[in-house]
Amino acid sequence: MEIEAKSHPLDRYLRAERIPHIWCPGCGLGTVLNCFLHALEETNINLKNLAVVSGIGCTGRVAGYINVDSYHTTHGRAIPFATGLKLANPKLKVVVFSGDGDLFAIGGNHFIHAARRNIDMTVICVNNYNYGMTGGQLGPTTPLEARTTTAPYGNIEHPFNLCHVAAASGAVYVARWTSLHVRRLKESMKEALNKKGFSFVEIIAPCPTAFGRRNKEPTGLETLKYYKEHSVIKHGIDPAEADIEMGGDIIVGKFVDIEKPTFDEAVHELIKKARK
Amino acid sequence: MIIVDTANHIAALAAKMAKPHVIAAYPITPQTTIVERLAEYVEKGELNAEYIRVESEHSAMAACIAAAATGARTFTATSSHGLLLMHEMLHWAGLARLPVVMVNVNRAIGPGWNIWSDLNDSLAQRDTGWIQFYASSNQEVFDSVIQAYKIAENEEILLPAMVSYDGFILSHTSMPVEVPEQSKIDEFLPDFKPGWILDVENPITHGNIVPPEPYMEIRYSMQKAMEKAKKVIEEIGEEYGKKFGREYGLVEEYRCEDADYVIVAMAAMAAEAKVAVDELRQKGEKVGLLKLRTFRPFPHERLKHDKMIVIDRDICPGLGGIVYNEIKGNGSEIYGFIAGLGGVDVSYKDIERMYELAKEGKEGWYPTEVK
Repeated sequence: MEIEAKSHPLDRYLRAERIPHIWCPGCGLGTVLNCFLHALEETNINLKNLAVVSGIGCTGRVAGYINVDSYHTTHGRAIPFATGLKLANPKLKVVVFSGDGDLFAIGGNHFIHAARRNIDMTVICVNNYNYGMTGGQLGPTTPLEARTTTAPYGNIEHPFNLCHVAAASGAVYVARWTSLHVRRLKESMKEALNKKGFSFVEIIAPCPTAFGRRNKEPTGLETLKYYKEHSVIKHGIDPAEADIEMGGDIIVGKFVDIEKPTFDEAVHELIKKARK
Repeated sequence: MIIVDTANHIAALAAKMAKPHVIAAYPITPQTTIVERLAEYVEKGELNAEYIRVESEHSAMAACIAAAATGARTFTATSSHGLLLMHEMLHWAGLARLPVVMVNVNRAIGPGWNIWSDLNDSLAQRDTGWIQFYASSNQEVFDSVIQAYKIAENEEILLPAMVSYDGFILSHTSMPVEVPEQSKIDEFLPDFKPGWILDVENPITHGNIVPPEPYMEIRYSMQKAMEKAKKVIEEIGEEYGKKFGREYGLVEEYRCEDADYVIVAMAAMAAEAKVAVDELRQKGEKVGLLKLRTFRPFPHERLKHDKMIVIDRDICPGLGGIVYNEIKGNGSEIYGFIAGLGGVDVSYKDIERMYELAKEGKEGWYPTEVK
C-alpha cells in the first residue's frame, strides 16, 4: 500500500518552493534544522517576531529555507547583521544559524565580541570540522591530524574548542550535542531560545562528502555510529576540558547556564536615562 | 609539453613554476581548486613554499604583503567577495610597492548570491594600484601568471599584479595548454631581487605616518610606475614571445586592419567575439576585435579606432559600462553594450546581433533594453 503525505506538521516553517534543499545525502544539516523547527513549535515563539540570520556555507542555506524573516548575509558577518536587527528592534527574537568556518574563522572576531557584550541572541553553530561548501578545506575547527584538501597529509594546526571559546568570551548559555542527539539537541535549542542573553549551541555534524570521505568515514551513517559510540554526556563541566580530537570521545552536554545583564537592556536603559 | 586541464589547475601550475616562497590562501568558489592544488604541491614536496591557511581573504593579502616586504615571492588567489574583503589590503600592497601576484577568478557580487562570471569584482579594484590582466584562454592564464611576476618585480615598476579570468567559463573548463620546461621558465623569470627588505641586521620601519607632501610624492611615483608599466608589459610580452612563441602586449588586435567597426571586449567574452568576427567577415562585414588584455594601466593610445563597439560584462551603476566609460570621449564613435552579468550566457550569435544593432546606431542593455 502506498501512503501519500499531503502535508507535514512543520510545513508552515519552511519555504516549500525552495525544497529540495542542496544538502548532500548523509549531511547533518537536515536533522539539525528539523530539531530547530521542533524547538520553535514547542517554545511557541511568535514567528512574526523571529528573525533568522545566516552567513556563508552549507549551514548558511538555512536562512533561505526557513519561512520567517531571514537574511543570508556575507561571509562571517551573520552576527553583526543580527546585532543590528536586535538593537534596532529589541522585541525581535534573533537567531544566528551558521557553520564553524563562517562563525569562527572569517567571522571569529564578531563572535567573541557579541558574547562579550552579551547581546540577546541565540547562535546555533553546525560544526562539521571543515569548509564543506567549497569542497573540504581546513578550517579553524579541523581536528589535529584530520585530512582536508588543503591539508592532504593531516592537520598540524590546533583547532578551536568552540564551547570553550563561547564560555571564555562571556556566553550565558553554552551546550554541545551531535546531530545524533535529536531530543537533547531540541531541548537545548528550546532552552537557548528562552534564555535572555548570548546563548550558544554547537552541533557536531557529519559532512561525508567533503570531510568524512577523507577521514575514513565515507558515509553519514558511519559518522553517526561514531557519535553513538564516542559521545559522553558531561553536564556542567568546564568546557576547556571538552577538546575534540580525531578518534577521541566527544564530550557533549550543557556546560554553561548563568545570568548576566544583556547589552541591549543596558543600552536602552542608558538611552532612557540620558533623555531624562 | 601539452597539458589538458582547467584554468584553475593551470594557474596553480604556473604559480608553482614561478616558485613563490609564500602562499596564503582562503577558499572561495570558483577559485578554490587553485589553492587546493597548491596545497598538494607543497605537501608533496614538489613546491618549496610556506603555505598559510589563513582565516579570511583580508588576512591572505596581509600575509602576502608582509612576506613580500621580507623579500619573498608571494602568491594568492581569490574571487568575488573574497577580493572585495581584501580591498583595504590591495591598496596597501599597491602603495607599499610590493609585487604580490594574485589570480582572481571573476564572479558576480551579491546579493543575490551568484557564483557565475561577471567582471565587476576585479574592475571595482581599479584604483588600488594593481596591474590588471584579463585572460581569454587557459594558455593565456599560464603565460600571464609567469609574466605578471616579471613585470611586477621589475625594479622600475614594483607594483602588485592581478591575473583575472571568468569563473567556470575558464576556471572549470579544460583546454590544451603548452607548458614550457621549468629550466626555461627559470631563465625567463630569475629570482626576485627586492630593492629593500625588512631585515633584522639593518632595521627599517614601515607603514609610518607620512606628512602631506611626501605622501603626494608616493602617489606620484606610483602613477609614474603605472605609466612606465605600459612599456615594460610590452617589452616583457615580446621577450616571452621570443622565448616561448606566444607574444603578448597591452591589447590583442584581430582582423582590425581594414575594419569599419572594432569590437572591444575582454576575458572570455573576447574569445567569443573572435568567433563572431570570423562569422561576420564571412558575411562580408568589415569588423575586427580589440581584446583588452591590460585594464590597468589602461592602454588609451591603443583604442583609437573610428568606430568601436564595447561590450561590458560589468556595470558601474549611475554611469554605465566600466570599459565603455574608460574609452568614451576619445573622439571615436562608440557604442556600448552591457551583457552577460551574473553569468548570463553571451554567445557569438549575441555578439553578431550587438554588431548589427550598433550599425543601426543602437546600444544599451543587451538584450533587455537596446535603443
